[in-house]
Amino acid sequence: MTSDRNPGYAEAGRSQVEAAAEGAPAGSRLTDESESYTLQVNGREESVKAAWLGESLLYVLRERLGLPGSKNACEQGECGSCSVFLDGTLVVSCCVLAADAVDSEVVTVEGLEPGDGLSDVQQHFLDAGAVQCGFCTPGLIVAVHDLLDRVPDADELTVREAISGNLCRCTGYGRILQAVVDVQRQRAGTQP
Amino acid sequence: MTVARPTTLSQAVDALAAMPDAQLLAGGTDFMVEVNFGHRRPTDVVALRRVAELRHHATDGDEVVLGANVTYSQMQTELAEALPALAAAARTVGSPQIRNAGTIGGNVATASPAGDTLPFLAAVEADVVLASPDGTRRLPLADFITAAKRTAIQPGEVISEVRFPAVRGPQQFLKVGTRNAMVISIACCAMVVDTDHRRVRCAFGSVAARPLRPTEAEDFISDALDWDTLDAETNAVDRFAALAAAAAEPITDHRGTAEYRRHTVKVMARRALTRSLRA
Amino acid sequence: MKPVLSAAAPFAPTAPTAPPHSDRKRSTDRGVGTSSSRPDGIPKVKGQFAFSSDLWADGMLWGRTLRSPHPSARIRDLDTEAARRIPGVHAVLTADDVPGEPNYGLEHADQPVFASDVIRYQGEAVAAVAADHPEIAWRAVQAIEVDYEPTAAVVDPEAAIDAPPVHPDGNVFRHLTIRHGDLEATGEVTVEGAYAVGMQDQAFLGPESGMAIPGDDGGVDLYISTQWLHVDRDQVAACLGLAPELVRLTLSGVGGAFGAREDVSLQVHVCLLALRTGRAVKMLYSREESFFGHVHRHPARMWYRHHANSNGDLVKVEARLLLDGGAYASSSTAVIANAACFSCGPYRVPNAHIDAWVVRTNNPPCGAMRGFGAVQACFGHESQMDKLAAALDMDPVQLRLRNALRSGDELITGQHITGTAPARECIEAAVAHPLPPEPTGKGGGPDDPLLLPGGAGRTADRADVRRGVGFAVGFKNLMYSEGFDDFSTAAVRLEEGVNGEPVATVHCAAAEVGQGFVTLAQQIVRSVLGVDRVVLRAADTRVGSAGSTSASRQTWMSGGAVQAAALAVRDSLLERVAEARGVEVQGARRKLLTLRNGEVVGVEGRFRLTLTDALGGRPVEEVREYRHAPTMPLDDDGQGDAHVSYAFAAHRAVVDVDPELGLIRVLQITTGQDVGKALNPLQVTGQIEGGIAQGLGLAVMEEIVVDGGRIRNPSFTDYLIPTALDMPDVQATLIEQPEPGAPFGAKGVGEPPTISSTPAVVSAIRAATGIDLCRVPVRPDDIALSERTP
Repeated sequence: MTSDRNPGYAEAGRSQVEAAAEGAPAGSRLTDESESYTLQVNGREESVKAAWLGESLLYVLRERLGLPGSKNACEQGECGSCSVFLDGTLVVSCCVLAADAVDSEVVTVEGLEPGDGLSDVQQHFLDAGAVQCGFCTPGLIVAVHDLLDRVPDADELTVREAISGNLCRCTGYGRILQAVVDVQRQRAGTQP
Repeated sequence: MTVARPTTLSQAVDALAAMPDAQLLAGGTDFMVEVNFGHRRPTDVVALRRVAELRHHATDGDEVVLGANVTYSQMQTELAEALPALAAAARTVGSPQIRNAGTIGGNVATASPAGDTLPFLAAVEADVVLASPDGTRRLPLADFITAAKRTAIQPGEVISEVRFPAVRGPQQFLKVGTRNAMVISIACCAMVVDTDHRRVRCAFGSVAARPLRPTEAEDFISDALDWDTLDAETNAVDRFAALAAAAAEPITDHRGTAEYRRHTVKVMARRALTRSLRA
Repeated sequence: MKPVLSAAAPFAPTAPTAPPHSDRKRSTDRGVGTSSSRPDGIPKVKGQFAFSSDLWADGMLWGRTLRSPHPSARIRDLDTEAARRIPGVHAVLTADDVPGEPNYGLEHADQPVFASDVIRYQGEAVAAVAADHPEIAWRAVQAIEVDYEPTAAVVDPEAAIDAPPVHPDGNVFRHLTIRHGDLEATGEVTVEGAYAVGMQDQAFLGPESGMAIPGDDGGVDLYISTQWLHVDRDQVAACLGLAPELVRLTLSGVGGAFGAREDVSLQVHVCLLALRTGRAVKMLYSREESFFGHVHRHPARMWYRHHANSNGDLVKVEARLLLDGGAYASSSTAVIANAACFSCGPYRVPNAHIDAWVVRTNNPPCGAMRGFGAVQACFGHESQMDKLAAALDMDPVQLRLRNALRSGDELITGQHITGTAPARECIEAAVAHPLPPEPTGKGGGPDDPLLLPGGAGRTADRADVRRGVGFAVGFKNLMYSEGFDDFSTAAVRLEEGVNGEPVATVHCAAAEVGQGFVTLAQQIVRSVLGVDRVVLRAADTRVGSAGSTSASRQTWMSGGAVQAAALAVRDSLLERVAEARGVEVQGARRKLLTLRNGEVVGVEGRFRLTLTDALGGRPVEEVREYRHAPTMPLDDDGQGDAHVSYAFAAHRAVVDVDPELGLIRVLQITTGQDVGKALNPLQVTGQIEGGIAQGLGLAVMEEIVVDGGRIRNPSFTDYLIPTALDMPDVQATLIEQPEPGAPFGAKGVGEPPTISSTPAVVSAIRAATGIDLCRVPVRPDDIALSERTP
């Protein structure tokens, strides 16, 4: 227990996927109104067996595929905590019907920097003090990646508007905005 | 349970014909909230987002055509010059993530009194185009939306397009909300000053069950405007605003009082017109 | 049942905490006073941190609660048969299934685990189910048939005082009086006002969630997000009818708290379901349910009369405060004490006549939220100070400076401030920051709509906008008061790690809710022991209580406990070395041996030992309880040394207002805050900015709208919290005057930012509009429809 990463996710994630492959105990009583399909998540094929049709992509990611990085803060598209890329477009996964996400490329926060390392956005969030409780953090990390890939030199107002759909209750956004500036400086090579 | 994933409009119509009870899913931003909150229980679904032909927008002669799958983000960026008021309305919808997914077809189909693009579509007197196995039919928006969250869509029909006459002249969109981003409107206003037809048309959202056209106010100001200089007397502007406010049928709810909503109609009408004249 | 939780111990493995690609730093670089990085930061940015909603166990079931749609009703009949028959449903529990105490509560056990006959608020729990899938659980809840007989709801807190009792314990939770000084005294100038505060929600991002796993011994393991494990444990054990040691709680990742997790929500329900089904059960509130599932900030009605001499000296304050506690007691009795004790603000007030009530109604239950009673009072007293300044024709900042409390002064409770009280310094720092540039003239200036009130809604042009500047000061107590036995426990262990380097392990039940105590615990141990690697064990009930993560108390209390335990480890180690080296251990050992830079150093440098050598293969472990100086209850006149220490903050707000539409944009907030000593300046900044955001929210947008006892906006669509386009730049100055008696001189910093930021914003709106706003949140109508709108 001395890794600097939280243990358990890898194992839990795998076992959830395996459980799903074995017949999805979590959905077993809904088989008469369920659907099986395959999703492409973080570059991998993930099979979803016997899922209730009403399950959101957020639910399937979290509860069936062992990818709980996308957070369930409101489930009504009003907080951004479950932001993912769907075919390269930033969306909230709570508002995506999972069964309608087949044949789309889904990238979650877990897929941004798959190894032990951190993306520059993740690193600067950490260094700038942009993380407190952390519940909004994964969604913000995804949203900031989206913004800075599209608009590398976004000014402050553009940044504020771009993350205005990501609610944070802890930080008041000040350190988050600082982290974005720090990433921009590093990418532009203007940071010492 | 089935999710049909058509890629063409005709496939979508066929899928719906095959599953008459299926629910239509576009951007998901209304649909999924209802599912997540237990207000909608999907059985069969026809998912429309892969129908690429519905994602186009163009000017077809004197008519603007917006495919039902055009997203708010598309409107905000791709239509910013051609339809600035629609682009401005789209920018106020939800969050960037919602704007990336939500569509104009969905906004029309949901027919919420607070639907942000609806006042613009009402002001330009848009038609809703519905496709079915029997072909297509066009309905004026005013006939399509029959009540709050109620429409005239028939079983087997899919919204394919929104069409309206191209309009020249200043256009405005204003929206009052308690927060400076990601907020449902307390009231909103779309206005087009149609210089070709010398007609001011406007509509207000969230102040009636359906997008509200204050026709008496429009008649008055269309007469009162000096169309050559695009100018009006201050008291004419005020009277226009007062007439618009009088036409509103607002309710009091947790977002605002009826009195305040009526007040905002007056203020927005005056400001929208003043900006149009100044422009 | 093997507890295959994905992560029962979100903070456990934390070494090395330095970012992997950065150079390993020395312990001294990451000790007390540095902006050391969070130990949970890497998993949080990677989406790998285990919040309580992320837990997963083999074969787990999903729990769900049935809640009353009525604020006041009798239950005539309750039939769960149809729900039980649904395939995939494993348990349906009601009040009849509670084996132990039927009620729970933080201070008074007056809230039923499940309502059995009477419903006292909308959203009260009636039953709970466990099922294979959340959808099945949802259907089961729908299938429970309840025959309610709606009854008249008591929703007006004033009427509640004399209304028929909502509960056998009566409708007045507490009436507290403060009579101080000469009650007949009058001032040359008086100002009077009535003020109101709406119901604010903590709106943490991570809704209530947890997982219970039945144990082989008849007990249960609960993995939960909470603010206080041990007080949860005691309530849960009582309701389950189990000995406390059979109810084992472990803190799971907490998605914010702000007071809302101090009370029990789903804890008892999920444990009951797990024990009944013999399986792991996960419960997870939706955002909507969360609004019904936790207590809120008390709405307040306040009346004030301030007396002053014409030179500006305060003579007397009279106040009547009424808080609506809702249906159950929660922490209402402590909240009202704070509202009363701090009702006059951080000023010398020689004479005070205060009456404060908190009452029971059929409204949603209210309890702890950041600022805890001081928030409501501050809106009242600061509005009064502005009014007084106007009546005296004095500058409002000068009036506050003139009356500001300082160390040694007497409070209206008769208690003298023995610690630091830099109210004056906070005020001066807040106003020393430059104002934002004026817009460049009518119709000119930046015309991006995002810079104007209404934002992308494009409602305003620059010419429609007026600017105002406002100011406010506040203070509140740190830690628990009125004689409460307030303590924290920590265990620190020092041992040789696998690679030969010394490793310290901290075990403390302090709930990390985002504030960064985990960072601080590491910093403290590094500074005391000079050891770089500090591992935090999961917070759980296997160690003694750390008290609540509330009242801005963990830096002081659990920081103090960790420091005390670390010092004890140091002393034990030095003693061991002294014995081994034949150094005289009695009395003077500290002079002969020191622990410096991770080494044990003999007197006059006669020898140096690494920690690892000093340990000699044997760990050292010490457990310490830390208590603050004792307090005492208030007497019948509200007098007594009820509090330990106080923290101050001042805020200046600059706002742009569109008076005609009543829309607002806050463009700057500056602050001076009394922090004692900043143990982690970056984290202090984060607390200040985040606290201000919540104060701003209360000022202009945040309110649970309750109508006839019913919540009208239980969603993030309609309960609005500030976005990145609503929060302005914050300029903060930390006032560092080390607090005597506080570990490292540090004061808690979490609450003060939320207290006076609200009245500062409202004061600025008043300045911009000339409207006498006396209620928060300020609604657009309050401005736009005011008769005084020019």
